[in-house]
Amino acid sequence: MRALDRKMLRDLRRIWAQSLAIALVLGCGVMVLVGAQATQATLVTTQAAYYERHRFADIFAGATRAPEGIVEAARLIPGVAQAEGRISFQAVLDIDGMEEPATGQILSLPATGPELNLPLLRLGRLPDPDRAGEVALAEPFAETHGLTPGSRFRGVLNGQLRELAVTGWVLSPEFIYTMPPGAMMPDDRRYGLIWMNADAAAAAMDMSGAVNDITLRLTRDADERAVIAALDQLLDPYGGTGAHGRDRQVSHAFLDGELSQLGAMAAYLPPIFLIVAAFLVNMVLGRLIAMERAQIGLMKALGYGRREIASHYLMLAGLIGVVGVGLGWAFGWWIADAMIGLYGDFFRFPFIIREWGAQALVISAVLGLATVALGGLRAVWASLKLPPAEAMQPPAPPRFSRGIADRALTRFRFRQTTMMIFRSILRWPGRAAITLFGVAASVGVLVMSYFIFDAVERLGDSVFQQANRQHVTLMLSNAQTDRAVQDALSLPGVLGAEGAYAVPVRASNGHRDRLTALQGHFPGAELARLVDDAGRVVTPPRDGGVLPEMLARALDIRVGERLTLEMLSAPRITLQMPVVEIIAQGMGQEAHIAAEALFAAMDSGPQVNMIHLAVQSDRMADLNDAIKTTPRIGGLLDWAEVRRQFDATLSDNLLTMVGIYTLIGVLIAIGVVYNAARIQLAERSYELASLRVLGFSRAEVGYVLVGEIMLLTLVAIPLGWVVGYGLALGLVDAMSTDMFQIPFHITRRTFALAALAVFLAALGSVLMVRRRLDRVDLATALKARE
Amino acid sequence: MPNDIRPLPVFRTEAVTRVYRTGMVEVWALRGVDLSLAEGEMVVLLGASGSGKSTLVNILGGLDLPSGGRVYFRDRDLRRASDRDLTRFRRDHVGFVFQFYNLVPSLTARENVALVTEIAADPMTPQEALDRVGLAHRMDHFPAELSGGEQQRVAIARAIAKRPDVLLCDEPTGALDSKTGIQVLEALHEVNRDLGTATVLITHNASIQRIAHRVVVLADGRITRDEVNAARVLPGEVSW
Repeated sequence: MRALDRKMLRDLRRIWAQSLAIALVLGCGVMVLVGAQATQATLVTTQAAYYERHRFADIFAGATRAPEGIVEAARLIPGVAQAEGRISFQAVLDIDGMEEPATGQILSLPATGPELNLPLLRLGRLPDPDRAGEVALAEPFAETHGLTPGSRFRGVLNGQLRELAVTGWVLSPEFIYTMPPGAMMPDDRRYGLIWMNADAAAAAMDMSGAVNDITLRLTRDADERAVIAALDQLLDPYGGTGAHGRDRQVSHAFLDGELSQLGAMAAYLPPIFLIVAAFLVNMVLGRLIAMERAQIGLMKALGYGRREIASHYLMLAGLIGVVGVGLGWAFGWWIADAMIGLYGDFFRFPFIIREWGAQALVISAVLGLATVALGGLRAVWASLKLPPAEAMQPPAPPRFSRGIADRALTRFRFRQTTMMIFRSILRWPGRAAITLFGVAASVGVLVMSYFIFDAVERLGDSVFQQANRQHVTLMLSNAQTDRAVQDALSLPGVLGAEGAYAVPVRASNGHRDRLTALQGHFPGAELARLVDDAGRVVTPPRDGGVLPEMLARALDIRVGERLTLEMLSAPRITLQMPVVEIIAQGMGQEAHIAAEALFAAMDSGPQVNMIHLAVQSDRMADLNDAIKTTPRIGGLLDWAEVRRQFDATLSDNLLTMVGIYTLIGVLIAIGVVYNAARIQLAERSYELASLRVLGFSRAEVGYVLVGEIMLLTLVAIPLGWVVGYGLALGLVDAMSTDMFQIPFHITRRTFALAALAVFLAALGSVLMVRRRLDRVDLATALKARE
Repeated sequence: MPNDIRPLPVFRTEAVTRVYRTGMVEVWALRGVDLSLAEGEMVVLLGASGSGKSTLVNILGGLDLPSGGRVYFRDRDLRRASDRDLTRFRRDHVGFVFQFYNLVPSLTARENVALVTEIAADPMTPQEALDRVGLAHRMDHFPAELSGGEQQRVAIARAIAKRPDVLLCDEPTGALDSKTGIQVLEALHEVNRDLGTATVLITHNASIQRIAHRVVVLADGRITRDEVNAARVLPGEVSW
């Protein structure tokens, strides 16, 4: 090994702590890039493979009752490769060990075996075509209830209580995300998919020779819009509820939303970390190499050329870069594994096709190494320009001069040690700026991470405290007169009841359309209210409709324009409704109208198809019992349960994510502050040792070092709040999907927590460096002037 | 003056040794030094490099501790002093002047002196101290704006501003040419004469020895000569 290489390795060993701090910050940027991209690539590939292997349909449509022959007609629509008809209906389930009723979505299995949306058998077998009472259950639901093959449970099918025997557990690409109707989050306890033989389902529902659910698979070059239009036309006479593509299929839409959020994160966050890392590497390498000035002079005196010296230091920088990129890759893979595990379990993918995100690996390596090379080169160049004799001399004392700021400072009559702090900042504003920027960036990253909690809390508060104050929502099998509300009041434990009416609609404006629901609001509703993100209660007026922002954007419609609403269930009429207000509502997808106006347009008396209940908390069991035996009730939503699911789902995923970002934010703060303090110490050890010689105590000398860094930290914190505000705003933008928009709201707690975390990290780092002051040998520090 | 009634010396060392251990190697910087320094005395320490001059001065000034023997400042045993005691000792009693001045570059001349007067018990004003070294007119200049000789005189002003009991100067003229070196020696001479501050002056420049009351020569960590100057000269009469 050449002496120069040996020197490099020893130098690296000498400055290992600083090198590691640089490598860690660089690694953070690389980690987020590699982790997010690998996770996203893996999930997208897995999703595609799952869909392909299990022939996930492209088009979905429902109808009231269509003859079986319609399936063949659908197959003949140009662009359709495969078509399948099923019977699909909901049933209230009574499961042992479960107090309240569950809701089951029953799907028929063709006797010849399904051709589309193939269920994947995980345990046991599919139902025997000859045995009417056999069913297969979706794995998550079955697992939650311990309903192994051979177990039995009861269901109210078409008003009749039936006993059903479990034969096996299945998974389906159609229900990766199983959302109960009306809920916001998957609920594996209260909502399950049930596969039943076609004959048995037809018999139970009086649907022999008929279907009410059609799915299609398209050819490669098919025109989806044309197929949807043709299918709608075909189903119109049979009560078609509107055909739609995968984009409106609940499971797919949510999965896609989740994956595009991951993709947004992979694109949005890594550049922030890489930029911070680049600055930091630049600063630290610059100073490290500047302190090597005498050695650079010596090497030149010994006859080394500029190129050799430059490459020597670039190699040092490169090694730090390699370590940083390597750490980033390793942690990125580890994070990807953790995230993939988390999502894989959450979605219950039957298999995972692990993608390494090769593109991210290459990009991160190139960016990481370019960052250190740039930082190194800039510093080496300054030293190379000096003639060797001058380089070997100790640098001249830095020039200080009296500027306006300095004269102002003098007026304050600070102690001289305090003046040293201020003058050092004023003398090297660039260096102070890098420390400021780095610390501000870490505060910003933390504000952005904690903001996610604020947003979720705000969302939860708005949905559960403001908008939905009911304890239970009953879904009626069919619309009824408002007498049903009076009847509900007599159910056990019910303190109050409020009717509501919602109808599925196709909302369209020009060539843009959306499948959604139209909600009729009764005057004086107190339990379920329409509330915007600011917590304002909105009462839809009689002369038009209210739309949430996202729906309005999707339909490209503004206040004052007219919206076309085509009802997809009885009475199947089409309304023209002026938009009178557009409200900010993060989770809102539905159009709202005054009930009175709606029924006037429908030319009908008041109807309800949902009843919101306020229930005495200790009588829930009695209410559940009563509902299990009430045939007109198609389902029940327990809002306490919805909230629990909401919290559980979000807290799992969010805690992991926020935990990672907190770690990163703190690492940046440590990396920046530790390095800044080490550089200070190295450059000023002579000066600080002089203070000790003059009789200053350790604490007083430490004050000069700690004071400067902490002063910069304190100034950086408000800057970091501004950065965090911007980052959070960007995150809201990047993570908003068609289904969901994060409300923008940052609490003081978030600002305070971010500031506190960074302050403590900075203080810890600088105190760690301060300890080195104690080890400075005064006599030698004064003699050896370097 | 009879031999048995003498003023208490400022410093007294008894068989002081100092051993540096670096790995397997032991370096004996001091091999048993007995020395005493009287009030108001100016002593020049002469010796080749590595003879132990700086080590001895560092031990006297509380920057380093001896490996063996005893060191007394008046009646205090410095060997038993804690780090806190030594800081206190330097703050209250010792003024240092170094070859490379050791000024804080971010503070002006006045502020460099104020650095000390702010923490000392009974200091003179920075202005007075700078006046004594003839630099009152350069008070608001930063070190980078002063010549080497001026910087060293600021360092002397800083050292004397606390009215120390002893002034320890390690090669104060080492980095200066002869003309500015003499200005610095004059400043030290005046301080010693006017304030009666005991002064130890390290040099390897033999011609400087003539300004001292006493000359102590060190070689290989031992005192090889210790004699009183019969005829002192003023710094202005020295040349090198």
